[in-house]
Amino acid sequence: MSKIIKNLKQFSTSNDRFEGAHLLCPGCAHSIIVRELLNCTDDNLVIANATGCLEVCTAVYPHTSWDASWIHIGFENAATAATGAEAMYKTLKKKGRLKDPDKPVKFVAFGGDGATYDIGFQFLSGAVERGHDFTYVCLDNEVYANTGGQRSSSTPRGSSTTTTPAGKVSYGNKKYKKDIVAIMAAHGAPYVAQVAPNKWKDMVKKYQKALATEGPVFINAMSACTTEWKFPADQTIDVSDLGTDSLVFPLYEIENGSKLTITYRPKNIVPVRDYLGVQGRFKHLFKKENEHIITQMQKDVDKRWEMLQRREEAGV
Amino acid sequence: MEYKGWDQVEAGAVLPSFEDKNCDVVRQKQEDRNYAQTSSYTASVADWRVFKPVFNKDVCIDCQNCWVFCPDTAIVSRDKAMLGIDYDHCKGCGICAEVCPTNPKSLIMFFENEENEEVLSKWPEKKKKEK
Ligand SMILES: Cc1ncc(C[n+]2csc(CCOP(=O)(O)OP(=O)(O)O)c2C)c(N)n1
Ligand code: SF4
Ligand code: SF4
Ligand code: SF4
Ligand SMILES: [Mg+2]
Repeated sequence: MSKIIKNLKQFSTSNDRFEGAHLLCPGCAHSIIVRELLNCTDDNLVIANATGCLEVCTAVYPHTSWDASWIHIGFENAATAATGAEAMYKTLKKKGRLKDPDKPVKFVAFGGDGATYDIGFQFLSGAVERGHDFTYVCLDNEVYANTGGQRSSSTPRGSSTTTTPAGKVSYGNKKYKKDIVAIMAAHGAPYVAQVAPNKWKDMVKKYQKALATEGPVFINAMSACTTEWKFPADQTIDVSDLGTDSLVFPLYEIENGSKLTITYRPKNIVPVRDYLGVQGRFKHLFKKENEHIITQMQKDVDKRWEMLQRREEAGV
Repeated sequence: MEYKGWDQVEAGAVLPSFEDKNCDVVRQKQEDRNYAQTSSYTASVADWRVFKPVFNKDVCIDCQNCWVFCPDTAIVSRDKAMLGIDYDHCKGCGICAEVCPTNPKSLIMFFENEENEEVLSKWPEKKKKEK
């Protein structure tokens, strides 16, 4: 049974299942995203975690920050670990070997964008194709943060990273960010969505929908990284607000591979340059010779927003 | 607790969060749980802080913005009321003060070595909107 969360006051009566004194950077959005998932349900959870900041910082010997069953195996196979546990659970249930067969259990996997868009992609694709009953959440900070900020296929064009540094001859990353939401929807997964921690209610609603959905679910969560995006630690929510309100991270969901619904329409759409301007990783774009990258980014964002709205209207 | 050496750690180790295997985590408040020494709840990151948030109950409207956005589970809210900061787990990121909507703010960042009583006695007045 899903927990009823009408407003923030009521949500705040949740008994936290994600403990403090983990070692994520001050102001890291990963923990806000994860904490809300753990707090939005009363069900038992089995969580698999790919290697990355979240995993490394929440299981530092001799401590764990998780008040739920939590597994770490490798960088690439969080989806495999979660769905393996799910398959075993189903079998034990069928054989009548579970102690408490009526207690709902949900299977969840967390992975960074490196783990999801790149190295664990085959594993994720396979798990979704096999149709396991699980929810995969990608903590998308658009960079391999844990190993010092190398670009991934989620890194946006123009971003300066340690492997695509901006300088005299380069404006930073030249490739475009992969559209993982569209790719996962194309698998025909029953539920796919994009979320952001600043819009906590939208996020909780989608998490609850995800956990209630039978079959594979994919959620891409914008995760502002104070260290690699280069902004002060107290600005995480403000930067996230600019991300959703500039439509660089539009919030929407896709059901059964096609039915697209936009879940958040900003009252005042802010220019993409306002979002870029508060982050050190885009600082060089404001030089005269790089301004064309910002202009192009704005055009790309506008075009995608138009596409999303048209798809929503057409119901396809 | 006694720490094992790197060569004494077993592969595939299991770290329990609670002493009590049947801890009903959904219904039990943190203060009522019997945490194992291997839960990070028992650890402290207080020494990470340069600045600390100070909480002024008098201006707080219990909106719970600080609770939901704190990345370190360091805002203590019970029965819909904000009670204060868990200084063992707060890293001083400043998010809570940033998202607090009251005027003056109910959470303000101060240097770690300032006395809470002292800064509370000199809390800023309500600010007029600049325009
Ligand atoms: C097979 C393998 N290759 C490389 C690594 C090294 N490694 C550990 S974490 C990490 C980066 C993780 O990036 P991402 O998945 O985006 O998560 P983030 O740290 O950004 O949250 C890398 C490359 C590893 N642990 N295993
Ligand atoms: S590097 Fe970024 S993602 Fe990693 S812990 Fe720090 S803020 Fe979080
Ligand atoms: S300063 Fe940061 S860690 Fe401390 S209570 Fe506020 S939001 Fe939480
Ligand atoms: S954000 Fe401010 S007003 Fe709201 S509960 Fe926290 S301290 Fe009180
Ligand atoms: Mg990453």
